[in-house]
Amino acid sequence: MCLGIPGQIIEITNPEHKLAIVNVGGVKRQINIACIVDEEHPPEKCIGDWVLVHVGFAMNRINEQEAAETLKLLQEIAQTYT
Amino acid sequence: MKYVDEFRNPEKAQALTKEIAKLSQQIDKHLKIMEVCGGHTHSIFKYGIEEILPKNIELIHGPGCPVCVMPKGRIDDAIALCQNPNVIFTTFGDAMRVPGSKTSLLQAKAQGADIRMVYSPLDSLKIAKENPNKEIVFFGLGFETTAPSTAFTILQAAAENITNFSLFANHVLVIPALQALLENPDLQLDGFVGPGHVSMVIGTEPYEFIAQKYHKPIVVSGFEPLDIFQSIWMLLKQIVENRCEVENQYNRLVEKSGNQNAIQAMNQVFTPREKFAWRGLGEIPNSGFQIRKEYAQFDAEAKFHLPNLTVPDHKACQCGEILKGVVKPWECKVFGTACTPENPIGACMVSSEGACAAYYKYGRLSTMAKKATKQTKEPISL
Repeated sequence: MCLGIPGQIIEITNPEHKLAIVNVGGVKRQINIACIVDEEHPPEKCIGDWVLVHVGFAMNRINEQEAAETLKLLQEIAQTYT
Repeated sequence: MKYVDEFRNPEKAQALTKEIAKLSQQIDKHLKIMEVCGGHTHSIFKYGIEEILPKNIELIHGPGCPVCVMPKGRIDDAIALCQNPNVIFTTFGDAMRVPGSKTSLLQAKAQGADIRMVYSPLDSLKIAKENPNKEIVFFGLGFETTAPSTAFTILQAAAENITNFSLFANHVLVIPALQALLENPDLQLDGFVGPGHVSMVIGTEPYEFIAQKYHKPIVVSGFEPLDIFQSIWMLLKQIVENRCEVENQYNRLVEKSGNQNAIQAMNQVFTPREKFAWRGLGEIPNSGFQIRKEYAQFDAEAKFHLPNLTVPDHKACQCGEILKGVVKPWECKVFGTACTPENPIGACMVSSEGACAAYYKYGRLSTMAKKATKQTKEPISL
């Protein structure tokens, strides 16, 4: 129920109703982006963003920098065992 | 796939399990760690995570499966709603097989009720527009991950003046449930793996009381195998270093203060109920959402007459104790015999996020039984 899947916003279809097309592992579908738009991030600026998609909504942006830092830490741990 | 495959890397998982083993040797006790979220329970079984953990670490599968905690009376109310000939009832697929007192939604559908499975609550609005002479009722359930999408759907229905749509609200809240668990003196836990996607909405701040008042460490975690291994490693580090903090492993998605748009939509549309009954756990104060009076025209409970009965759980079913981690699924008398995923007696056997269904599907009972300590079978009320 609470699971989600990462996808990339590729097109804004209806800025007024905050609808966009997201590419989830090659499958394209329409989602609502109301959770991730504000004055700083209007719909047109969301194209290219990676988001977590849950029940037809983009629930949050995926923070690329944080993801990279987590993976770097995990890589460092892995290197101590190789 | 990006942000998925990188977090399933076997070499990194191996290194993390070695780090976990090293830390566990410094802890001279049997540790009980509760993963609250049913999504974590599913991942833990899917990837065989518990089997790889050291013997002195036991995972307790908490009450974070919204399908599992839905009381029978609410399923009966849902069935009463869908038996209204003027109603098209829409729901996520997970809820279809949950047993009510007499039947499930799936059986009601087989008997002719117009029940439609949807992917998103917004699909219900589309059905409402296509069927102006029918009343569309959406079965809103799930924790704070799902509640914002339902709230946005009501806001959109209001904006578009869609009058034949309403919500049967059964959203539950994670913090009151955790509070109730922590108040239970018989439940001995050493730490929590915190829910990832609920926290993406509410942030990590609401968990501070767990560390400060109850002195338990909690690490908010993602759902991929490396996320879960790293979270357990972070928890063990806290235990070894005698710390009790709220830590965030899932910082690629979770922020301290959560998602303000989602929180605002939830607060605009919903208000906590005085109390909400959880299957197996009883009534928990302020643990469920109801629709605010301002949006009463979208509230199925105000629009339709519901039986609203309290129905006791099946006597032989121990879902309540299983949800609290007091009894292991295989210790329940009906597990795997009278109660199976095809014919579930208890809700924990229904959803893939339920502990019983996960044990049944992925097996490994002998390994798990060896690891588990003997637990009391005395029923505990919250």
